[in-house]
Amino acid sequence: MSDELRDVISAVLVLAGAVMCFAAGVGVIRFPDVLSRLHAATKPQIFGLMAITADVALNNFTVGTVTLAIAIVVFQALTAPVAAHMVGRAAYDTRHVRVDVLIIDELGTRPD
Amino acid sequence: MSTPRQRLAAFLNQMPLFLGLVLLWMLLWGSFSWLNLLTGTLLATLVSVGFYLPAVQLGLRLNIWYTALYLIRLGFDIVRGSLQVAAVALSPRYTPSNAIVAVHLRTRSDFILTLTGVSTSIVPGAVVVDVDRVRSTLYLHVLNVARPEQVERFRNGVLDEERRIVLALGSREDVERLHRVSGEDRSEKDQRARDQHAHDKRKRGGTS
Repeated sequence: MSDELRDVISAVLVLAGAVMCFAAGVGVIRFPDVLSRLHAATKPQIFGLMAITADVALNNFTVGTVTLAIAIVVFQALTAPVAAHMVGRAAYDTRHVRVDVLIIDELGTRPD
Repeated sequence: MSTPRQRLAAFLNQMPLFLGLVLLWMLLWGSFSWLNLLTGTLLATLVSVGFYLPAVQLGLRLNIWYTALYLIRLGFDIVRGSLQVAAVALSPRYTPSNAIVAVHLRTRSDFILTLTGVSTSIVPGAVVVDVDRVRSTLYLHVLNVARPEQVERFRNGVLDEERRIVLALGSREDVERLHRVSGEDRSEKDQRARDQHAHDKRKRGGTS
């Protein structure tokens, strides 16, 4: 791969990662309640992390770095939803939910 | 009391997870060496014995083709989901409108239930708010839905996700249930033939 092409790809990846992390931060501030904020905290963040680790792996292309990058992404993808679930459940159980912005709440009406 | 055969089956069932731990250890060190393999195996043994949890029933079935399809689709969905949430976060005319949706999955396996929950959390969609294990139901919080048909589309999306996971690594019973519930004629007939086959084999072999 030529150096210029690699620079361009690097720039795109870093920029994409930065924009995603920025959007995640904005989402955490703008969204109305805990459950919505969890979306912002889990999703764009994973893509941002993927872009950044992909960039590191590209610029430092050894077996060790690539496997480590894959491990980082896989474990982030596995653990972020679990953490979000724990927080979400605690938030719902303690009623830190804006019920007025829900169009349906099937958890509140579930059969016991 | 467990017979040696049952113990062997339990051991084989745990083997993929154990190997996964050893592999993770080597990934963390970033290289393969015999010392890493040795320490990895020791640590994996320590972790499996020390942090004992009820064994996950993996089902020991893996369809490479469907797994590849699932992973590729998951990759696309992660990107799509991230872009969507980012767009919602940055959109100047954002008005909050969410939903908590119950999705009744067809699987009865904890493993598939967990995987579906994790997958739907990182693809466009949802945060798992609660899980009803007995009824295989996920309660998901969905961001930015305003109309009932969007909720239905989301529900179908989760069921598709489950379907992909079951086809990739669900047990045979789960695949069967999938076909029975979605009720496709041709595949059902196909399934019945396979059931018959499995039944015959069980009779001949004496074990499941």
